[in-house]
Amino acid sequence: MEQAEKKKLEAFAVRIRMAAIDAIHSIGAGHVGGALSIADVLAVLYGREMSVRPDEPGWADRDKLVCSKGHAGPAVYGTLALKGYFPYEELHTLNRPGTHLPSHCDRNKTPGVDMTTGSLGQGTSLAAGMALGDRLKGRPSRTFLIVGDGETNEGQVWEALSFAAAKKLGNLVVLLDWNKRQLDGYTDDIFPMGDYAAKFEAFGFDTAKVNGNDVGEVAAALERTRAGGDRPYAIVLDTVKGFGIDEVAKTPMNHSIPISDEQFEKWTAQLRAELAELEG
Amino acid sequence: MKIVYNGEMDPRLIKSVLGETIPALAAEDPDVIYLDADLMNCIGTAKWAAAHPDRAINCGIAEANMVGVACGLAAAGFKPFVHTFGPFASRRCYDQAFLSGGYAGNDITIIGTDPGVTATLNGGTHMPFEDVALYRALPGSTVIDVTDPAMLVSILRQCKDRPGVKYIRVGRKQYARVYEDGSELPIGRAATLREGGDVVIFAAGIMVHEAMQAALRLEGEGVSAAVVDLYSVKPLDADAVEHWARRTGAVVVAENHNRIGGLYSAVSEVLTERCPTRALPVAVNDEFGEVGPQGYLQQRFGLTSEQIVDRVKAVIALRG
Repeated sequence: MEQAEKKKLEAFAVRIRMAAIDAIHSIGAGHVGGALSIADVLAVLYGREMSVRPDEPGWADRDKLVCSKGHAGPAVYGTLALKGYFPYEELHTLNRPGTHLPSHCDRNKTPGVDMTTGSLGQGTSLAAGMALGDRLKGRPSRTFLIVGDGETNEGQVWEALSFAAAKKLGNLVVLLDWNKRQLDGYTDDIFPMGDYAAKFEAFGFDTAKVNGNDVGEVAAALERTRAGGDRPYAIVLDTVKGFGIDEVAKTPMNHSIPISDEQFEKWTAQLRAELAELEG
Repeated sequence: MKIVYNGEMDPRLIKSVLGETIPALAAEDPDVIYLDADLMNCIGTAKWAAAHPDRAINCGIAEANMVGVACGLAAAGFKPFVHTFGPFASRRCYDQAFLSGGYAGNDITIIGTDPGVTATLNGGTHMPFEDVALYRALPGSTVIDVTDPAMLVSILRQCKDRPGVKYIRVGRKQYARVYEDGSELPIGRAATLREGGDVVIFAAGIMVHEAMQAALRLEGEGVSAAVVDLYSVKPLDADAVEHWARRTGAVVVAENHNRIGGLYSAVSEVLTERCPTRALPVAVNDEFGEVGPQGYLQQRFGLTSEQIVDRVKAVIALRG
């Protein structure tokens, strides 16, 4: 990838982080850690990889995103707002009565959200069904599925992965947010899942493992998936929960945390400085 | 709709009607797609499925995933019909039907075969007495307890284009013939099978036949019993419930289900709100299922015409 494009995607990721914490700060607290860890993959998906039309969210031939870790909604909403799906100011309605932006993704409420998620594991089967449906309808669409590592505790994930391989869903790309932490602490302490890449491979996936907080690596891995074929794709994103804001990343229990006004000002200033450097 | 009940069994196995109607709907509508959890051979769809791999998806023994996949297919523009045995079509995938289906706005039809005692020799593990209760509690859902083959065809056709999560419970063996083939049984309506002035028996599913037999026996004893088929457990024909409750002042509700949460509950909700009336259940008394032939199980759980006669007399005595 050209250096200029990489910088552009890095800047987009920083903007997504700013938007996500802006939304969460507006209501005082929320799922900060897991929103920040997927900002880079969202930047690559919506900044480069996915074929979408923000002015026509229901375009049937679009690529689709299922964020099965639905609690990362604020990162998705930030991305969609920056893409122009809805006004940026709406981010400040997060979780407020009557909002279009509930904590967990809802396709019936938010323009650009392709599937409702929140009960962990369920997005995996939905994504498989969407990919199968698009193939049967003869659409060029691909479905991108973001799954949390803690989420893979759910047995339904493995049912869905088996299904995707059995039905040769080469138009499905699973992106595992391997951020090593779940609500109660470190996944290796709570429910160790072993070697994800080996598991995906064993389940019949074309598998890659990259630094998930490096847009260049993520972009290269995603580019490979354009080939399609008869195996679904899996990309293990080696990420840090809370990446991009050191104070959050260094907070061990950062799944759902408050954001004070002071923190918000400080973190936003840090991110703005990064942005200035990237956009020079 | 034409009533042709004469107490005799329909010569067809109802599973073969199910297994023929799904392919027929698929032939008529390119958006119909059928998913099964390794039970195609139990309803006779396997041969057609093998010839139509793009219209029939065998999801293996993974019901939660199957329902999720069906919801994804609905989002892609399909009209999915999902089949497995009743307990796995309800308890095993309830959160998926609830959230990926109902909450997410993905319209799917779920067919649960072998409801209640019709699970017979598969026994208690396979015998759902709670499936209606679960699906009734899903907002916007449709719940149908099928009475006979003609009704099954009518209901499947209506469910294809009906929004929300639709749950159809139906056995696989022979059912008493109640309606003429080609009859329309509208969802949300009741079918009055027999007029009567002393008591009304509301029934659904296999208990419609038992109710009709009970009414005949009661007639011989000088009791005039109306029989109303409440196949559409949700939405329930509340006007019909109120009409017959007011007319007779005595209600018996017969269902192949736990008395908690099913048709008895649904009828009681209407009576309580609109016209308080004594009502007694002929239903499973909060028990798990067990193994045995259907005749034995109906005796065991009190799902017989004799039990209906007994409850009719009891409720008339209560009414005074």
